[in-house]
Formats: sequence, C-alpha cells, structure tokens
Amino acid sequence: MAKNGNDKSRHIIQFIWTLITNAYLIGFIRGKIYQGKIKNICVPGLNCYSCPGAAASCPIGALQAVIGSYEYKFSFYIAGFFIIIGTLMGRFVCGYLCPFGLFQDILNKIPLKIKINTFRFDRALRYLKYIVLIVFVVIMPLLITDIIGQGFPWFCKIICPAGTLEGGLPLVILNDSLKSAVGLLYGWKCFILILLIVFSVIIYRPFCKYVCPLGAIYSLFNPISVFKYQIDKDKCVECKKCASVCKMGCNPTVNPNSLECIRCGKCKSVCPKDAIECVSFNKRKTN
Amino acid sequence: MKNNKSRIITVSMLLIGVLFLSAGILRGENIIIFEKAINICLECIGIG
Repeated sequence: MAKNGNDKSRHIIQFIWTLITNAYLIGFIRGKIYQGKIKNICVPGLNCYSCPGAAASCPIGALQAVIGSYEYKFSFYIAGFFIIIGTLMGRFVCGYLCPFGLFQDILNKIPLKIKINTFRFDRALRYLKYIVLIVFVVIMPLLITDIIGQGFPWFCKIICPAGTLEGGLPLVILNDSLKSAVGLLYGWKCFILILLIVFSVIIYRPFCKYVCPLGAIYSLFNPISVFKYQIDKDKCVECKKCASVCKMGCNPTVNPNSLECIRCGKCKSVCPKDAIECVSFNKRKTN
Repeated sequence: MKNNKSRIITVSMLLIGVLFLSAGILRGENIIIFEKAINICLECIGIG
C-alpha cells in the first residue's frame, strides 16, 4: 500500500515537472519550437530542446553545442550546471525530474508476463553509459569537426531516443518540409526508439541503466549529494526487502548512495522498521 | 569528523559549480546554447 502510494505521488511530480518543462503547448499545434529567453537555461532532466513544447534547453544537447562550437572546447556553463544540480540532488533528477524517465516508467507498467529484473551481463552493461558519455558526448563532438572546426552533437544525432520521441516525431508529423527531408538516419533513430520501447516494457528503465549520459554524470554525485539516503543500523533487521524491491538493482543496506540509485523511494516505503532515512548532508549519529 | 569533511566537500562543490556557471555566462556560452536551442536541431530529430 505504502509502495503504491509512494510510486503514485512520484509519478504525479514527474508528470507535473514534464508539463512545466514542456509548457509551450501551442508548439504542438503549430509544429514550431519555443524561441524565448528561457532557452538560455537548462532543465535538469533529458528533455530535447527541439521538442515543440520545450521551454528550456537539454543539458546534454547544450554540452555538445558548446564543446562542438569553434569558439570553446570546454563548457564552464554546463560543467557548473552539472556540479550544482548533481551536488544538490544526484540521481534524484532521474527519479523525479526527467520526462524520459517518466516515459520509461509508464512503459514498464504495461502488464506482461516476461519482466526481467537482472540478467547475466546486467552489471557489466551499467558501465556502457559512461562509455557513451565519454565517446559520443565529449570525444566525438570535440574531435570530429567540419572545415571551420565545428563538431556535431553525435549523441543526439545517432543515439538519443528522447530527441526522436519529443522532437523528431511531432515535428515531422506537423511539418511537410521536414517530412520530405526524412531519410535513413531518421529511420535508424526511430528503430532505436522502438527498440527502447520494447525493452522498457520488459526491463525497468533500460535507457537510464545502460545508455543515458546524463544519468552517468549525476550518478557520480550520488555519494556526495546534499540529498542522500542513510541506513539506521540500529533499526535495520537485514530483512533485505529494500534490495528485493529495488528495480535499479541496488542494495541500500550495503550502499544507500549507490551510483545506480535514482531515489525513487521504493526501498524506503517497504522498510518495515523505517530504517532508511532521507538526509540533507550527513546527520551526526549517536551510538 | 567524517560528517564535517563530507559537508566541506559538498559546500566546496557547490561553490565551484557557481564559479563555473558564472564563468560560462561571462564567456557567453549561454548565447551558443540559446542560438542552438531556438532553432530546430536537425541532428536531434534525426534529419541532419
């Protein structure tokens, strides 16, 4: 009961946040994107700035735009943004403030007999997102440039299914000129999106677990973020209910601030002894 | 002691973040982002 209640309130927050960050709803009717000043700033989650509703910028797209420009090869602006958001929240962003996370959460609720919690290479594949971050978001936009030294946003160009879902599909449907420009690349990106949809029904958040470069960045801040989980060892009875309910494959009793934890709160709500606490900074414990 | 160290790390990170963000704004990085974001990104949508 508590588990369902926690999930429901989280989904409400996710939904409201998705609406706020995609508040330019008229864009979905006109087939145009928002061009106001708010696009100077980034949203914490993965939200394509070419989504007709997007009110602000995608941090991963923005990072590639700056390091791919001929002027700068390092982005202080985005690095600072990641440090601030990561230090404050860590992967809480993934659990609560990412529209693409909500999309995968909804897909995983589709009742299907085959649901995979873990598999042989699950743990090893978790490192893939760090490789995607380094190769497609940093190295390729920096090194593969055109004649004037401008790089391309390779992650957006050949991988990002969020861009296809939020930008590609609505814009191509609503614009005849874009429709006529559709080619092989668009087909490839749609294929990736379909693949992700299928996997999301079977596996919980496959994109967040194995591919998302934004999740990879925020994960590094989980151990030091202001918002953290803490286990009260005096209360914990080692029943392992928290570990068994975690869809991200974490074991809070071993590491409450695991790099994979998206702070969904499922472990907290199933704990029979309320041994898992949310803390801001580390609380001083008395023995 | 461990808690204090952790707090110092967290506060230092926040300060570094603010400094970096300010430096980025001073360099005009937000303008590059703004110009990219107000035009349809053909790469992002799978056309470019």
